[in-house]
Amino acid sequence: MSGLLKSSIGRKFAMALSAFFLMFFLLQHFAINLTSIFPDNGETFNKLSHFMGTNALIQYVMQPVLIFGVVFHFVMGFILEIKNNSARKVKYAKNNGAANSTWMSRNMIFSGAAILAFIVLHFIDFWFPEINTKFIQGDWSGLHDGEFRYFHELQHKFLSPVRVAAYVVAFVFLALHLLHGFNSAFQSVGANNKYTRGLKTFGKVYAIGIPVGFIIIALFHHFNH
Amino acid sequence: MNLTLKIWRQKGANDKGRMVDYKVTDISEHMSFLEMMDVLNEQLINRGEEPVAFDHDCREGICGMCSMYINGEAHGPDRGVTTCQLHMRMFKDGDTITIEPWRAAAFPVIKDLVVDRTSFERIQQAGGYISVNTSGNTTDANSILIPKEDADKAMDAATCIGCGACVATCKNSSAMLFVGAKVSQYALLPQGQVEATERVKNMVAQMDLEGFGNCTNTGACEIECPKGISLENIARMNTEFLKASLKG
Repeated sequence: MSGLLKSSIGRKFAMALSAFFLMFFLLQHFAINLTSIFPDNGETFNKLSHFMGTNALIQYVMQPVLIFGVVFHFVMGFILEIKNNSARKVKYAKNNGAANSTWMSRNMIFSGAAILAFIVLHFIDFWFPEINTKFIQGDWSGLHDGEFRYFHELQHKFLSPVRVAAYVVAFVFLALHLLHGFNSAFQSVGANNKYTRGLKTFGKVYAIGIPVGFIIIALFHHFNH
Repeated sequence: MNLTLKIWRQKGANDKGRMVDYKVTDISEHMSFLEMMDVLNEQLINRGEEPVAFDHDCREGICGMCSMYINGEAHGPDRGVTTCQLHMRMFKDGDTITIEPWRAAAFPVIKDLVVDRTSFERIQQAGGYISVNTSGNTTDANSILIPKEDADKAMDAATCIGCGACVATCKNSSAMLFVGAKVSQYALLPQGQVEATERVKNMVAQMDLEGFGNCTNTGACEIECPKGISLENIARMNTEFLKASLKG
């Protein structure tokens, strides 16, 4: 095992593992957000949000793992980009990349940078205030004026058309990133077999379906409040 | 056909190099790309100029020597061919064709379109072999039963001619398709099991040492490979490497 991360394949494997974790996180985040458009005035969403926001396992184990996963994926992504650029010091005068690969696969660093910018916005919008309320002010009740605050906070954030537009653009980039990243992660861990074709189809459904779902949720709250 | 060629000219490894324009006339569409280059060089020699240096040997798609990046693609716009198998019928009269050497830090330019691909040989030397008992006690190869599917896949991997198109076309200059093919060729066969653990570790270590980039699974190498080496070989190498790393 020693030196695994020092090798090109080890780094690739680590990138894939962090990607799997982030894709699973994205799925559960989407599932919870989806409940916010249920016709129960945010009751289910409030209950789930309060559980996720106060459960010790999620707050003290899964949340640090998630933060590590996000930071690792971005830092390693940028390190690999720098290393890969130095592997070709003189560039081609003419290069027809579109002849043999998708735009998504060639531009993961740009779609990734766009997602990073979105995460900063998302942290400012939701995560930092949440950390402030719970860990600095010590308020773990989840209440505001006697009611759960989560659903109202969500609705309030999606009032601004500028913020909703930023979210939509970010999720388009997320879809582009996943369109390559989903199957790339499986290839990196050595899964290229008779199931690959089916997995590719599933990957496309996931890569488009989840971001489009997030966009629909954002638009739903923007136009229904 | 009359063509304009934009060719990379570089006097030696330490020369800066530059693109130079040439005109070639009366090129037959039935010529191979290398024959067109021969015509150009004949014209250059007749004018007292230095001919363009380029690698070639068998000229029938087997040796893997020809190595030109033509109009932004390794071995040109055709699929499943080396440069020597590329025909001028793929181009039109009046076309401008850009011709460059493979570009990778691990493939330094020696002169014009000729690059040094000995990094591939060093990777092969690091583990691309099997040990066979030659004492007279040898086992007849035909007596070792191998599933047909494995034999076919090993044979497919073994068709890699080591031309370096995978590295040239990869946006990261990664050599993983080449190394994946060489690892797979032995990993799929019983004869390759003895050195399996050390082979993949040593070949990957040498690949990294040579300065090739990291694979990001764009799949460009598979498309541009003249022998159609599959990405499945990279996935197999990844598995072999992880298994070997877990063994210690």
